[in-house]
Amino acid sequence: MRAYDTQLASPLMLGTALYDSPTLLAESVRAANPGAITVSLRREAAGLQAGQSFWSLVRGLDVPVLPNTAGCHTVREAVTTAQMAREVFETDWIKLEVIGQGDLLQPDVFALVEAARILTDEGFKVFPYTTEDLVVAERLLRAGCEVLMPWGAPIGSGRGLNNPFGLRALRAHFPDIPMVIDAGIGRPSHAVAAFELGYDAILINTAVAKAGNPVSMARAFRQACEVGLEARAADPMDERDLAVPSTPTLGKASFGA
Amino acid sequence: MTGERPTVLIQGAGVSGLVTAVTLAERGAVVTLVEAGPRIGSGASWFAGGMLAPWCEAEAAPAEVTRDSRDSLDWWAGHVPSVVSNGSLVVAPPRDLPELARFGRRTSHYETLDPAAIAALEPDLAGRFDRALFFPQEGHVDPRRALTHLEALLEAQGAMVRIGCPAPDPRDTQEYDWTVDCTGMDGRADEPSLRGVRGEMILVRCPEVTLSRPVRMLHPRIPIYIVPREDSLFMAGATMVESEDTRGITVRAMSELLNALYTLHPAFAEAEIVETNAGIRPAYPDNVPRVHREGKRITLNGMYRHGFLLSPARAKEVAHIVFGG
Repeated sequence: MRAYDTQLASPLMLGTALYDSPTLLAESVRAANPGAITVSLRREAAGLQAGQSFWSLVRGLDVPVLPNTAGCHTVREAVTTAQMAREVFETDWIKLEVIGQGDLLQPDVFALVEAARILTDEGFKVFPYTTEDLVVAERLLRAGCEVLMPWGAPIGSGRGLNNPFGLRALRAHFPDIPMVIDAGIGRPSHAVAAFELGYDAILINTAVAKAGNPVSMARAFRQACEVGLEARAADPMDERDLAVPSTPTLGKASFGA
Repeated sequence: MTGERPTVLIQGAGVSGLVTAVTLAERGAVVTLVEAGPRIGSGASWFAGGMLAPWCEAEAAPAEVTRDSRDSLDWWAGHVPSVVSNGSLVVAPPRDLPELARFGRRTSHYETLDPAAIAALEPDLAGRFDRALFFPQEGHVDPRRALTHLEALLEAQGAMVRIGCPAPDPRDTQEYDWTVDCTGMDGRADEPSLRGVRGEMILVRCPEVTLSRPVRMLHPRIPIYIVPREDSLFMAGATMVESEDTRGITVRAMSELLNALYTLHPAFAEAEIVETNAGIRPAYPDNVPRVHREGKRITLNGMYRHGFLLSPARAKEVAHIVFGG
């Protein structure tokens, strides 16, 4: 995937939260070979020094870092967190998350558009976590975003692609915009489905971090991304309502009763 | 050497330093324990849960943590009076039941309880949960009482315990056969891979609820344990934040811990909040406590969540080095 004039080495983005240890995180990153890793600043952000140990560990993984604003509920929080992320990770990339609803962690799309406009004006390259809503997508693009990250399902739910119709419509509506399915992917089969729908990349975290064997699961997702991309490039057959035999029946020997 | 007895300077009187000191003194070492802080346990140990739960920990820890801590309960029961061997209980609120199934898949040495069995074990939880996992071979200890007891034990063994004593000059440590660094976060200058993981806890008093064993309340975002202590006290902990922030408890952590208490039993709504605190756990990248040696200097650090659970086994490794194989 290309985003903001940068070619990602892999269409897989991996979150760095929830692993049982930094060692397990590092091994999972090696197995997934992701194009980018995301890291949250919000919870660890009491003063810039407090989270340094973990952040330098993340930097040491030697994968492009996409800092995020996870856990922010207002425009102001998100903008401040983004500014801090730029300082800590020396990148103008920011995965913009503004949460509007506590139970489902749904994005507050109104605040999202506003924050996206402020941040692009400040020179950030914004990766907005949004829904599959076409109108919101349009507004985000007008605000200066060049990438969209619609959810598959609520964060951490592992439910896969909840609204394939909506995601297909979004993809069809903005064919040239790089799009990442962010959140909700629980299994490699969901990842394959995302690529089959035409998406350019996926972002996962809980699916790997909370698997019984995160390193194996990371490898499985890497393979799923390859499978999905290759299958799409191979132009899959269409669905049909009637059976069509793969072997012609004409001329088949018949032994009459 | 003092005769045939090795002389050992142990730095740091948290759980790892105290357990190491007792272990070495028992083997016959001449032990001096120094603590830079104003009292024993002035680091993370004071805020620990004190759960001796090798099998529950397997949910999130490598197999070696369980393997090395099987005898931990016996060590504590043999050294301090306040050890309770009633097992531990794991429950989940109704909407998080899949978490209980997941916990069961990752652990062993438990029984699955139905409501009647839960009520028989913990009468105050009757009717509150449809299912629970019971780990009968586990136990718990009150960390503060246990550490205080170990200090008394050491003094009775004739060891020298010096509190509020700044780190000795390296030249002074040369008069000892061995130096053991158990200073946790204070020792991080010499341990570049060590990091701090913040944990927050609360202590409440609730005479209306009686529990006989620690209860873990599973939740997809944050698993919380509630440990009963004497005098109707309950400790709820602990958050895990990748931060070395030393401020007091945050509103978020407090509300999560209080919610867990309230979910466990509504009577906790009337409980008195006795204490809130935050501590920084020392941890290596794999979150497993380690002993390593450089010449005559031994380091035991990275206790992470496993200070009470793994100190006995790691202290034995230290003794193995000091007294030879």
